[in-house]
Amino acid sequence: MNLPQLKFNKRATASEIVFNFFASIGGLTIFVVEFFKQVFIPPYEIAEVKKHMDELGVKTFPIVSVTGLIIGLVLALQSWPVLARFGATDFLPAMVSLSVVRELGPVITALIFAGRVSSGIGAELGSMRVTEQIDAMEVSAINPFKYLVVTRVVATTMILPVLTVYVVFIAIIGGYIAVIIAESMSFTYYQNAVINAIEFGDFIPGIAKTFVFGFIVGIVGSFKGFTAEGGTEGVGRASTTAVVMASLLILIFDMILVKITMWLWPTLG
Amino acid sequence: MADSRLIRIENLTKRFGDLVVLNDISLHVDYGENFVVFGQSGTGKSVLLKCIIGLLKPEAGNIFIKDKNIIELKKKELNKIRKNIGFLFQGAALYDSMTVRENLEFTLKKNFNFTQKEIDEKVINALEHVSLEEAIDKMPSELSGGMKKRIGLARSIITEPELMLYDEPTTGLDPITSKEISELILTLQKRLNMTSIVVTHDLICANIIADRAIFLRDSKISYEGTIDELVQSDDYFLRNFFSKEIIKE
Repeated sequence: MNLPQLKFNKRATASEIVFNFFASIGGLTIFVVEFFKQVFIPPYEIAEVKKHMDELGVKTFPIVSVTGLIIGLVLALQSWPVLARFGATDFLPAMVSLSVVRELGPVITALIFAGRVSSGIGAELGSMRVTEQIDAMEVSAINPFKYLVVTRVVATTMILPVLTVYVVFIAIIGGYIAVIIAESMSFTYYQNAVINAIEFGDFIPGIAKTFVFGFIVGIVGSFKGFTAEGGTEGVGRASTTAVVMASLLILIFDMILVKITMWLWPTLG
Repeated sequence: MADSRLIRIENLTKRFGDLVVLNDISLHVDYGENFVVFGQSGTGKSVLLKCIIGLLKPEAGNIFIKDKNIIELKKKELNKIRKNIGFLFQGAALYDSMTVRENLEFTLKKNFNFTQKEIDEKVINALEHVSLEEAIDKMPSELSGGMKKRIGLARSIITEPELMLYDEPTTGLDPITSKEISELILTLQKRLNMTSIVVTHDLICANIIADRAIFLRDSKISYEGTIDELVQSDDYFLRNFFSKEIIKE
């Protein structure tokens, strides 16, 4: 796998910035192709995948729980006065749940996940790269790409949809907390309103895109870490650029996937 | 006598951009030999080792290990050869998320079909070789620099490789530990009947280990022979280099 070399200068010229941008895109594309070449070839390193799902996914639950609760709560609190102006507060449960299921839940969970996991993978693999641990694996006839990258990307791809479903649930609970702060509404009414508002078809595009977001988080973090150079400074750079690149790609792919969803399920538009 | 040669390097050239690090280097290493590569920092010693193990691809030249040109080998074939080579990195390169035991077991579990009992025996055996049995359940962060080098050495020899490559095995260590590591390398080489290539600028280490040495300067081999000949050379640069080394020691 020959990746384009980036040019690092404290005072980079415009041409170097443009070069680095395209070199990063090119390098990431080569990295993605390499992933799909290797992911289906044994050994599958199931134990490593499980370990990363625990390390990268399960340990993210506390932060996404808080995020989910606040999304639901704030969304409901902000929407309440507007809906009240039109006498449409009965629509609040439907509005909160649909917003969270279709857009806010998947995207915000992915962005939080990118902040925590992409940077973590970038720093960990970057540190392994600059301390020659990846080279040590390579000279021991062990495939470091398979062992370090493929396992992490599979883990992030599989765990993010689970996290998203959980965040959606917590956000809906957050919405209910806001409702009872603003006005009394029975939980049964809120629950029924939410269930009546969401159709199975609302879940599919929201959850489907989290597989793509999970893949982006894993592959970008791994790419930045695996190709890190320049000692501890390089590790820091890998960590921060991984978050920036992953977050940006999540937003760009969200836009593309929303468009694709509308094309596939025109009724959802 | 091609049969006695484990490694044969022909006209090797390695560049990084415009910088020529190795220029038309040719050398050979015989079976069972301890071969030392001398040179100032930045003269391409480590690059030479990384070319031999296939971590870096040279721009020109051939590297034969047991008559197989590793430059032309595919990854799978190269990995077959790598299973028979040990590599001690400058910073030991221990996997810092694993304990010492896991570091040593890793290659055995991934590349060989040993039972857990056999693996345990090999781990204990390797740690006995480097006198660090008590460190078995420690994390790399709990080890001193010298201990890391020893564990790195134990990890490299656990598969009993035919060829060992050492990248600055004594750099960053105090003179006593440095001497101990050098003696350990020699002991292991004799006990396991290995061939070694040692990259260093430590004269004490070279004196203990070397059967033969080369000196790299300006991307070329500027000298080849025994350590005694090297130290007593009339070449102004070598005299200057080694007098400074001797003063340091």
